[in-house]
Amino acid sequence: MILAIDTSLGTSVAVVGGDIVTESATLDTRSHAEHIGEFIDRVITDSGLTPADVTTVVVGIGPGPFTGLRVGIAAGVAFAFGQGIPVLGISSHDAVAVGVDACTVVTDVRRRELAWTSYRNGVVVAGPGLTTEATLASDVDLTEFPEVRAGTISAAMLAAAAQQRIDRGDDLSSVAPLYLRAPDATPSNGPKRVSG
Amino acid sequence: MNEPLVLGIESSCDETGVGIVRGTTLLANVIASSMDQHAVFGGVVPEIAARAHLEALRGTLSAAVTEANIRIDDLDAIAVAAGPGLAGALMVGVGAAKALAVSLGKPLYGVNHLVGHVGADVLREDGGEIELPTVALLVSGGHTSLLLVRDLVTDVVLLGETIDDAAGEAFDKVARLLKLPYPGGPHIDRVAIDGDPNAIRFPRGLTLPKDLVNHRYDFSFSGLKTAVARYVETADAVSIPDVAASFRESVADVLTRKAVDACREHGVTRLLLGGGVAANARIRALAAERCAENGIELRVPPLALCTDNGAMIAALGAHLVARGVAPSSLDFPVDSTLPVDTVRV
Ligand SMILES: [Zn+2]
Repeated sequence: MILAIDTSLGTSVAVVGGDIVTESATLDTRSHAEHIGEFIDRVITDSGLTPADVTTVVVGIGPGPFTGLRVGIAAGVAFAFGQGIPVLGISSHDAVAVGVDACTVVTDVRRRELAWTSYRNGVVVAGPGLTTEATLASDVDLTEFPEVRAGTISAAMLAAAAQQRIDRGDDLSSVAPLYLRAPDATPSNGPKRVSG
Repeated sequence: MNEPLVLGIESSCDETGVGIVRGTTLLANVIASSMDQHAVFGGVVPEIAARAHLEALRGTLSAAVTEANIRIDDLDAIAVAAGPGLAGALMVGVGAAKALAVSLGKPLYGVNHLVGHVGADVLREDGGEIELPTVALLVSGGHTSLLLVRDLVTDVVLLGETIDDAAGEAFDKVARLLKLPYPGGPHIDRVAIDGDPNAIRFPRGLTLPKDLVNHRYDFSFSGLKTAVARYVETADAVSIPDVAASFRESVADVLTRKAVDACREHGVTRLLLGGGVAANARIRALAAERCAENGIELRVPPLALCTDNGAMIAALGAHLVARGVAPSSLDFPVDSTLPVDTVRV
C-alpha cells in the first residue's frame, strides 16, 4: 500500500494499492501545513486501513514553491519514520507525464517563473528547468514534446508514476527538493555607514 | 498517566531540535544547527534555515529515539512548536509532527515556542515541578521577551518585548561593526574580557522616564547599535575590547534592570533566563548580582536547554498532557507571531 503526498502546487494525498485508490486534495496553494495531517488521516481511514497497512511513502519533490513543497516532504519523511518504512522521492511532474507518449509538463513556481520537464513514455528527456511565459517556446522543444500545463498534481497519479519507476528499478531514495533556485540572500559587504 | 512520554519538535529559527522527555525527566535532546550556513550573511536567512530543517529532519528524529532508548510506539504524545518564529521554518516541523502523530496514532500538541523556553526549567537535574510564579527573560537572535508566568497553562502574560531588533541580532550587528565573526554573542563576550565596560557610555534603550510610561518592560536595541556604529566610525582610536565591553554592558544593564523591576513590581521572587543570549557571561553575572541584591532566585537552565531545542517543546507537551489539556486539532496553522497567552494552539 503506497501513501503518496504532493504539495508542489496544492495539497494532494492518496493511498493506492490493490483495488484501493483514495485521494484527498485541495487547490489551495497557501495552506499545506494546515491540511497535511487531516488529509493523511482521512485517506487512510476512508480506505478502511490503518497506518500500519502503508508499506511505502512516496513524496513529490517538486519543482514547486519551496515553502509548501517542504511541508509534504517533511510529512512523508516523518510518517515513514513512524512506521519504519521507506520514503521515496520522485519529481512532481512525473505524475502528469504518466501514460503520455511525449509531453512537456509545465507548472507555475511563482515569481513569474515556470518549471518544465520534457518526457517520453514517462522518462525524463530534458529538464527540469526554469523559464518564463515569454521564453518557454524558445527554451523548450514544444513541437516534439507538447506542453501540458498542470494546475494540480494528483497524489494518486504520483503513486502510479512511482510504481512504474520502482518496477524499472530506479533509485528513488533521495527526497531532496528540486529547488532549481538558490536561496535569495546576498553575503553581507560589511555594515552600512551611519555617520555623515 | 503521571509521567507522559513525549517527543517534541522545534524548528522556529535556525536549530532543528528533537527532544524526548518522560514527565520532567530528559531522555534525549538532539539539535542540528544551520548557524554556520548563515555566517556569510551575518544573520539568519529564513530560506536557508528552512532548507536545513528539512535536511536535518530524519537524522534528528532518528538520533533522538536512539538516544532516549525508547520504542517509538510507547510515546504518549507528539509536541511541536507552532510559533512564534519564521513561518517557512515552522512549517517543516509542523508538517512533520502532524504526519508523525497520524502515523503513530498519537495526540498532537502544537505549542508556543516562548512558553517552551519556560517549560525547559522543569528538566533540571533535581527534577520536580516547575516553581511558579516566575518572571522569564527570554533573549535570543529571534526574540527578546519578558514574561510573567503564574501558571504554565492558564496564566502566561507578556510584560514586554523588543520594539525593533532582538538582543541577539544587536550582538550580531555590533560584531560585524567590530569585524568579529558570526554569531556575535560569543565573540563579543571573548574580546570584552579585556575591555572596560565603563569606557564608553552607550545609550540604554527605553529607560528614560518618558519611555517608561508606555514601555516599562519593552526593549529597543536599534539606537544602541547605531550609537556603536557612530562611535566606531568617528572615534580617533577605537579600542575593540572597550567597545565590546561597553556595548555588552548596556545590553546586560537594560535586560537585567527591567527583569528585576518586573519581579519587584509583581512581587515575584524568581527570575528564569532562557534563549541563547542567556549564555552571555556578563548578562548572567549581572542578573545574578541584581537578583541577589533583591532577594530573587535566579534560574538558568543548562546551555543546551537555553538555546532553541526540542526537549523544551517536549517538556511543555508533557506538562499539558499531565494537566489533562486536550490535544490540538490536526488542522492548526503555524503562527509566526503567536501570542504568549496561547500556550497550546
Ligand atoms: Zn527561542
